[in-house]
Amino acid sequence: MENMVNVYFFGKKYSVPGALTIMAAMEYAGYTLKRGCGCRHGFCGACATMYRIKGQNELKTCLACSTKVEEGMYIASIPFFPTDKRTYEINELEAKQQVMMELYPEIYSCIGCNACTKACTQSLNVMQYIAYAQRGDFAKCAEESFDCVGCGCCSVRCPAGISHPMVGLLARRLNGKYIANEAQHLTKRVEEINAGEFDEMIEAYMNKPVAEMQDLYNNRDIEK
Amino acid sequence: MSALYTDSMMESIKKVEASRAARMATEPRRLTADEKDALLKEFHPDYNDASFAEIKVGPNKGQRAPLQLAEMLHSTSRLMTDKVDISKIDYDVDVLVIGGGGAGSSCAIEAHNAGANVMIVTKLRIGDANTMMAEGGIQAADKENDSPVQHYLDCFGGGHFAARPELVKRLVMEAPDAIKWLNELGVEFDKEEDGTMVTTHGGGTSRKRMHAAKDYSGAEIMRTVRDEVLNLGIPVVEFTSAVELIMDDKGQVAGAVLLNMETGDYSVARAKTVVIATGGAGRMHYNDFPTSNHYGATADGLVLAYRAGASLLYQDSIQYHPTGAVYPDQILGALVTEKVRSVGAQLVNVDGEAYIHPLETRDVNASGVIRECREGRGVEAPNGRKGVWLDTPMIEILGGEGTIEKRIPAMFRMYMNYGIDMRKVPILIFPTLHYQNGGVEINGDGFTTKIPNLLVAGEAAGGIHGTNRLMGNSLLDVIVFGRNAGKKAAAKYKDVTLGNMNLDHVAAYDSELKSAGCDTGVVSPKLLPNYARHER
Repeated sequence: MENMVNVYFFGKKYSVPGALTIMAAMEYAGYTLKRGCGCRHGFCGACATMYRIKGQNELKTCLACSTKVEEGMYIASIPFFPTDKRTYEINELEAKQQVMMELYPEIYSCIGCNACTKACTQSLNVMQYIAYAQRGDFAKCAEESFDCVGCGCCSVRCPAGISHPMVGLLARRLNGKYIANEAQHLTKRVEEINAGEFDEMIEAYMNKPVAEMQDLYNNRDIEK
Repeated sequence: MSALYTDSMMESIKKVEASRAARMATEPRRLTADEKDALLKEFHPDYNDASFAEIKVGPNKGQRAPLQLAEMLHSTSRLMTDKVDISKIDYDVDVLVIGGGGAGSSCAIEAHNAGANVMIVTKLRIGDANTMMAEGGIQAADKENDSPVQHYLDCFGGGHFAARPELVKRLVMEAPDAIKWLNELGVEFDKEEDGTMVTTHGGGTSRKRMHAAKDYSGAEIMRTVRDEVLNLGIPVVEFTSAVELIMDDKGQVAGAVLLNMETGDYSVARAKTVVIATGGAGRMHYNDFPTSNHYGATADGLVLAYRAGASLLYQDSIQYHPTGAVYPDQILGALVTEKVRSVGAQLVNVDGEAYIHPLETRDVNASGVIRECREGRGVEAPNGRKGVWLDTPMIEILGGEGTIEKRIPAMFRMYMNYGIDMRKVPILIFPTLHYQNGGVEINGDGFTTKIPNLLVAGEAAGGIHGTNRLMGNSLLDVIVFGRNAGKKAAAKYKDVTLGNMNLDHVAAYDSELKSAGCDTGVVSPKLLPNYARHER
């Protein structure tokens, strides 16, 4: 017999195999998921979940797809959270501190409680990346927030109403577009292609008999 | 080291460790073309005839498809029983994009920028897509020693010379511009201090042209293009699935019938052009494989297009990614990115032997893993499944301490979640159902060959990758063909005058099914996999 544990989905008790993730356990219990289920492998942030273990005070956050059930878990998935994304024209922004002040002024209301960091399902230092954003250090904010999957657990817990994933996303876009150096070789190659430098060679390949292409492919040199 | 590994696994790991220095000193030999062919024929699941059925109706009648896809093609529409009044138009647009992944989003951005009134409908949320889960990278020939021509050769040869030349040409020639476009939207690619892209090999590449954003490459691309869709104010109708195309009396597509996934209510979208960007089919579990795909990957677009008369291409060619997680159970089928091999890990069997070059193409490496396991050189996990080792500690030796956390943080996190430290011990892998190589047949401009104002982009399209896709060509494909579809649809709609809208093709297809004796007892498209266990 499998090792079964008792869990509570939205307060209702179910007995489920202890080796399952919360997501698989919900399906085992008979739920057909529509909300709260996306990539199922920890990349999309669809399955933000809160739980408390019976008898313990601490409220925990996790991704349902990447967390095993435990005995006595009281589980509530967060089907949607009204994260507050501001819209902007990326080409009209500058990578300056003022950008954050204008688009996400509430980050300056952070009271330093660190609840965001404690809630992060990716173990990121969320409060730290918000601090970098406050200072206009977008490269550091981008690096520190890079692994964010946007589940929103940080925002759920924030007393200042900050939409942390949106702040990190803006910082990364600013960093990717304006701060990191341009790839000169990429720009050059795009120009070469636009100038038609490869047209003739591509056409030649497209029209070669398969046997000739096989020969070229099987004998091509491979960069070490 | 790891409490999760059994004694017999630990014994095998001792052999892996013992052979490591010698293995690192020599690169495993590449197989010859004949050796690869023989390996594929004997071990690749595409050669398992029992997992395919003959298609009995429609344009590809007489060809084969995986059993689960054939079942969908042999099933009738929901609209044979659920009646929808298509004269009541809920949405009226120039360009209707079905699917909110990488292809659908980049399509919508380009269509919007070209002045079209565009709308996205998507079954789950925008960004719930295989694009989000692509880890390793995106190819583009932008380095001095490389060229689009070399990329063409790798792609065409890696796909067994079966790809459509005009599609491969677009893929490779527009690749550098795709990277530039993404970078200018703010996608953070891994770069050197001076801006030079950090590029590596993927399986079957002859030049290091894999661009990445750590091992969140697809996520970084998806969250950026999604953000741009929202910034542009493009309407996105989420949790709404297209369940049937609407046609007109001129043989054009005229929109789609939509189903609210939560309330079960139908609505109608009228459109002068339609782009199918519905993605892949991993959740169909072909050959009973676990999958690396997202929850909604159920081949819906193929069914919709097929019922409307579009033909499929290479619908019987499936990619099994060689390195899916096989243990622990909680991550069964999860993708272990090819980048793990790009940065140095070898495939090693139970005896500690690097039995194959780690960067052969995916079909070859998948067949290799299956061979090792079937011939008794696999490692047995406590869940009864077998796999081979991916020797991850090599990465730290080759690249220095900290390389794993820096280059493949998602993989590190995924395994640490379950107490396995891949810096110290190898991880156990087996192929996972990863990609639909084929799809709806399109011409060089992205239009279906049968319906003049219907386009297909991304994984739902067939012919770009032949019968085997290379790592990094799918993220590229969704951006290149997504953007292309947006531009082409925005140019096309101006010339489209819709006739009388109807669903006659649905009834006609149903009659054809009846004549062919098809009665599956279910309706299609599938929309979501049946994972709920019911006691009743």
